[in-house]
Amino acid sequence: MASEIQVLESAVVRFAGDSGDGMQLTGSQFTSSTALEGSDLATFPDFPAEIRAPVGTTFGVSAFQINFGSRSIKTVGDQPDVLVAMNPAALKTNLGNLRAGGLLVLDSGAFTKRNLQKAGYDDNPIGTPMLDDYQVVDLDISKLTLEAVKEFGLGNKEALRCKNMWTLGLVLWMFSRKRQPVIDWLNKKFARKADIAGSNIAALNAGHAFGETAELSAHFKRYQIGANKTDPGLYRTVTGSQALSWGIAAGGELAGLKIVLGSYPITPASPILHTLSGMKEMGVVTFQAEDEIAAICAAIGASFAGSLGVTSSSGPGIALKMEAMGLAISTELPLVVINSQRGGPSTGLPTKTEQSDLYQAIYGRNGDAPLPVIATRSPGDCFEVAIEACRLAVKYMTPVMLLTDGFIANAAEPWKLPDLDALEPFKIEFAGTPEEGDSFNPFKRDEATLARNWGIPGVVGTEHRIGGIEKSYDTGHISYDPANHQKMTDTRFAKIDGIANDIPLQTVEQGEENGTLAVVGWGSTFGPISEAVKAARADGLSVSHIHIKYLNPFPRNLGELLEGFDKVLVPEMNAGQLKTVLRDKFLIDAKPLNQVSGLPFKIVDVLSAIRAELSA
Amino acid sequence: MNDMTAPNQDLAEKPAENPAPKLTIKDFTSDQEVRWCPGCGDYAILKCMQRTLPELGATRENTVFVSGIGCSSRFPYYMDTYGFHTIHGRAPAVATGVKLANPELDVWLITGDGDGLSIGGNHLMHVLRRDVDMNILLFNNKIYGLTKGQYSPTSDPGTKAPSTPQGSIDPTLNPIAFALGSGARFAARTVDTALKHMPGVFTRAHGFKGASFVEILQNCIVYNDATWADVTSKSVAADKQLLLENGQPMIFGAERNKGIRFNAKTFALEVITIGEDGITEDDVLVHDETNLQLARMLAELGGEPHEPMAMGVLYAEPAEITYADAVNAQVDEYKGKRSLRDMIYSGQTWEVS
Repeated sequence: MASEIQVLESAVVRFAGDSGDGMQLTGSQFTSSTALEGSDLATFPDFPAEIRAPVGTTFGVSAFQINFGSRSIKTVGDQPDVLVAMNPAALKTNLGNLRAGGLLVLDSGAFTKRNLQKAGYDDNPIGTPMLDDYQVVDLDISKLTLEAVKEFGLGNKEALRCKNMWTLGLVLWMFSRKRQPVIDWLNKKFARKADIAGSNIAALNAGHAFGETAELSAHFKRYQIGANKTDPGLYRTVTGSQALSWGIAAGGELAGLKIVLGSYPITPASPILHTLSGMKEMGVVTFQAEDEIAAICAAIGASFAGSLGVTSSSGPGIALKMEAMGLAISTELPLVVINSQRGGPSTGLPTKTEQSDLYQAIYGRNGDAPLPVIATRSPGDCFEVAIEACRLAVKYMTPVMLLTDGFIANAAEPWKLPDLDALEPFKIEFAGTPEEGDSFNPFKRDEATLARNWGIPGVVGTEHRIGGIEKSYDTGHISYDPANHQKMTDTRFAKIDGIANDIPLQTVEQGEENGTLAVVGWGSTFGPISEAVKAARADGLSVSHIHIKYLNPFPRNLGELLEGFDKVLVPEMNAGQLKTVLRDKFLIDAKPLNQVSGLPFKIVDVLSAIRAELSA
Repeated sequence: MNDMTAPNQDLAEKPAENPAPKLTIKDFTSDQEVRWCPGCGDYAILKCMQRTLPELGATRENTVFVSGIGCSSRFPYYMDTYGFHTIHGRAPAVATGVKLANPELDVWLITGDGDGLSIGGNHLMHVLRRDVDMNILLFNNKIYGLTKGQYSPTSDPGTKAPSTPQGSIDPTLNPIAFALGSGARFAARTVDTALKHMPGVFTRAHGFKGASFVEILQNCIVYNDATWADVTSKSVAADKQLLLENGQPMIFGAERNKGIRFNAKTFALEVITIGEDGITEDDVLVHDETNLQLARMLAELGGEPHEPMAMGVLYAEPAEITYADAVNAQVDEYKGKRSLRDMIYSGQTWEVS
């Protein structure tokens, strides 16, 4: 019996199950199918650091959340409207966040005595008052899946691995999404394993058919979420790691330089190494080094020899690279350093997001060692920011720190494909052979940018020696002269500070350019802040949203802009780092809103902080 | 260039396609004042390098010296070529990046026992394992000079130094054994004062495609003077150095009557005297520089007072392709087959109108 279809503006669905249940796959396939219908969306893969934690445990639960809608979607959603829990542990760890009245889909077949015990339930919660606040659909998905794939003669364990596809089929039906993209994907993925492809497709179809034919609870409606009317153009979904890698390759092409990436595997930065390693067609060279230090040093060596060196890592790896970054600052070589931030300190929370490396980026390294710092705000934004990092690195002969984070790295969103031909090239020229009688000075500077001469091995007449020892301003040779060190230190700062003249002025995302409260953010908090400010403004509150991409140097109008507000609130996924930098630079009474739970902000938390600040 | 006698060959023998004017020692000498202590062994090595490079047909523009930190690592400043004085221990990684960017460059890596074997041991191991085409010169003076005399990984146990007033406890690391253990395909040893021997070793290292590792026994006149004297001083050199030549019997000694023999019972090399106990020259091992097991035993030779240290090329067995060439060959195989646009625009896309 066909259910009534209800049109929604947006919905949040969370798939949760055991690490081995294939929840990331289920989520990403639901994402593909949703994106193809033109809805806007944001995703949040939320998985444990353990590759395969013991089955059935709460710490082995892996989840994937998607927020999608016919309106603009900027966050993954505060609370799921639908929770799919594939076992008791998934229910235990995710139920608390489900919206009251939300739909809860359970695989009752996985609620065995043993699994209940592992999750810490004394009694089976299904059918008890514990779930009274929700619309519960408990189905023995395990059994239904086994029946659906019976004809393929798989073993019990293999057959049960199709559970996620059965569930996906049901959820696709619920949200009126097409199965075909998933079927195509399965056929491709298991091209050489016909029975695996066939059984998964059978499970997918069975889950979908179950929705069509079964008499489900009266509350179990079908939903329709339409396309988001947005900028016309060709779209695809993209993760932050993909867009960032593509941006680096584009940056290399625009600079006319070979990209040499030195990297060492680390969560959550490894996908950048993987993606760029698959880009040899574009001439990208990747080097998986013996450690983080070697990774950045190889990138620096490549830049010395005329390529554009890039290194990517996460917080702990970035800490290891700091001395080498100082070398690149001292020798004034171009370098892009990508930091996919994660929870810290030390090993911290490898798979959880945080933005607590801002101090490390701006203030890290021994000595007075300034470098430009820029940050991405969303997966799609990574493309442009990566290109900008390359541009600044070669134009100013400096390492550039690009800050992204674990959330952006893994999250996906629809992305309007860029017109690559419209991108402005920033071709660089190496120093040429000096005129007869002239000698080459590697530290001769461009008057406007203060960037030094880039002479590279292989060119006759530009032979030179550089290193980490202080160099004479006039000749580039070693110098221990006190006045020279002062001058060189001042020059290094002036060069980086001067970049403020080469970047856009700070704009206001939402609201007036002055008023009562400015909410100032950076990085992946863009979505929640944006939605919270929108809600506050809808309530008539005087609040504006300022989002900073250039964190060092700041845009040159930022101080003046902030002075136009009575109050400044800085939500951050750290203990107050941008807040402190703003206070230092502008002597303003910036107030922090801090969260280091390893999770993105909820809109409601930012919104209540805005209300509290305005009523204080 | 594989002949030990090659360094003095006439430049006229160089290939005709490279008719550049003859470079001299002056062309490779930078205008920077050399700042090592008077009497330091590094001076001789520097001079030898400046003299040898023109003989090798090297050009200034294609030559890059990369170093870490330490006395020896100041070396690049004094060569009028490209030079990069990097950070402590990391020169092998920087040099690897140089080769990845431009495999055509002629890269020399200058390091020491502290820089290369202590703080940079990991990088030295991996540059050798990967066989990145460069010449690695490790100046071994068995002491930290630049930081004023602390013991190093190659110091003899019992070395009294500011950080080890009662004598060092750590056992000694053998640089060549380390290199061979790391997978080096070329390993050689020479002495800072051996002005005739050193150019031949440099020539061989330079001619080898791959990572060539050269240990140079070097004297630190201030903090560890005469540490190699029992091997290098004129009075004992003939008896304490085994000058290896490929295909030649391993004979040494002031009277050329000592040799090296493999003892199958002890599974070790041993010193024999020709003419004693019926031993003839036929009993002496013939050097085969492609024999890794032999090289490993030669590396350790000299540990006992009556044993000589092996000098010259202990091991040379090039691979078919070196690391940076292989990396770039992979790139070249795919390069241009797909554009960035094709990659970005591939996959599932949808049109919003």
